[in-house]
Amino acid sequence: MRAGSVKDGAMSTTPTATTAAMAVPRAPATEKAIAPAPKVLFATLMKDLRLEWRSKDAINSMVFFALLVVVVFSFSFDPTGDDARRIAGGLIWVAFLFAAVVALGQTWAREIRNQVLDAYRVSTAPANDLFLAKALGNFLFVTVLEVVMTPLFVVFYNLRVIGPAYLLPVVAVLGTWALVVNGTFFAAISLRTRSREVMLPLILFPISIPALLGMVEATKIVLTGESSAKFWIVLLAVYDLVFTTVCLTLFETVLDAE
Amino acid sequence: MKTPVLIAIAVVVALLAFGLYQGLVVAPTEQTMGDVQRIFYYHVPSAWTGILLFTANFFASIWYLFRRTTVSDSIAVTTAEVGLVFWTIVLITGPIWARPVWGIWWTWDARLTSTLVLWLIYVSYLIVRRFSSGGQTAVLAAALAVFGFADVPFVYLSIWYFRTQHPQPVIGGGGKLDPAMWHAVLYNWLAFIAFALVLCWFRYQLERKQRDVEETLALESLLEGSPR
Repeated sequence: MRAGSVKDGAMSTTPTATTAAMAVPRAPATEKAIAPAPKVLFATLMKDLRLEWRSKDAINSMVFFALLVVVVFSFSFDPTGDDARRIAGGLIWVAFLFAAVVALGQTWAREIRNQVLDAYRVSTAPANDLFLAKALGNFLFVTVLEVVMTPLFVVFYNLRVIGPAYLLPVVAVLGTWALVVNGTFFAAISLRTRSREVMLPLILFPISIPALLGMVEATKIVLTGESSAKFWIVLLAVYDLVFTTVCLTLFETVLDAE
Repeated sequence: MKTPVLIAIAVVVALLAFGLYQGLVVAPTEQTMGDVQRIFYYHVPSAWTGILLFTANFFASIWYLFRRTTVSDSIAVTTAEVGLVFWTIVLITGPIWARPVWGIWWTWDARLTSTLVLWLIYVSYLIVRRFSSGGQTAVLAAALAVFGFADVPFVYLSIWYFRTQHPQPVIGGGGKLDPAMWHAVLYNWLAFIAFALVLCWFRYQLERKQRDVEETLALESLLEGSPR
């Protein structure tokens, strides 16, 4: 455990420092607009993925957490009954939401060490690239979680898809992005507050209620094959669009908040 | 206390008294619900006032993001807090009315649920204000206010669609209001807005004074050279 954390700390120094260093001397401040946008995004994303690949911090804790939720929920109702299909949508997404908060909370923690975030702030690298890299990284982590956990849900809750199954990945992608884009932004907000671990769910959950409702309802409709999930998928898509825009508009302001 | 403030308070008290008189005496008793319905004259004006204050909070936050003035941030915190008070009154008076009329305190009807979700959003806004420190508070809160306001249409739309799929015997929507009832509602709304403005004025003054104190303390500790 100790060795692992030390290794993690040491590793986080090198690649993040490289990323920031790469961004700082690239251009004088006057040429801010010319900063190579996708390069910063790609470098940050790859750095986070490599860190996660070596430490597996986020994935391990997320998967185990989701597994616990599955088991704990199974005590509160009969999971293999006929009703299981109706509640499964809600259950799956609540488990993913709770588990995602674990990963989201760690998003910026690495960048605090060694003042990497401050280096970003003074560098010419566009702030939104950093944000998008973090959001995409979280998106990938949560997607992996979903891919790992979905078979378990199917087995444990005896699920069978009656509606059009090809819609489920669409719902998953739209829903995950809705959680992750706001979650990444709010993690940056809660970073500046006291008791930051508690703060993230406190601000993320109320704002995410419409998205959560969309995911749960769409999943339930597909599982039971009762009606059309079109409304919910459109709602999720518009939600994603609106909040991605708001996040990208406001991120630099929040990053520079003093 | 200064004379204009005293006059304002007197006007508010008079308006509230007149509104109460309109609601309790002038407005006719509702046919099926009886006197319980009179809570409507407080419930609806509170809701409208709350919405006005939340909207003011949104515009003050946008103003802050553009101009970074302490005035706009003070207005934002003031309107959010006072708005939340009125919104809480809505959430309390609703069940008091619902219990005798519907036979239940609460139902997960579209309108009730979205009211509650909006309440949660603004509570989380105030929590962030409370838990963040120093000069960052204003920026973080303003950003969050934009998120909260952008979320409102989604909340209403999603919950409305969600609940109307499962029809419930709820909300006396149709029907016409007696003109005297309308008068009672509108007078009370006027009184509530005046009341809210006076409350906001006091809260705003308090906020400004608090900032002055903090600034002075910071300056003092700077001059003394000892970290506080």
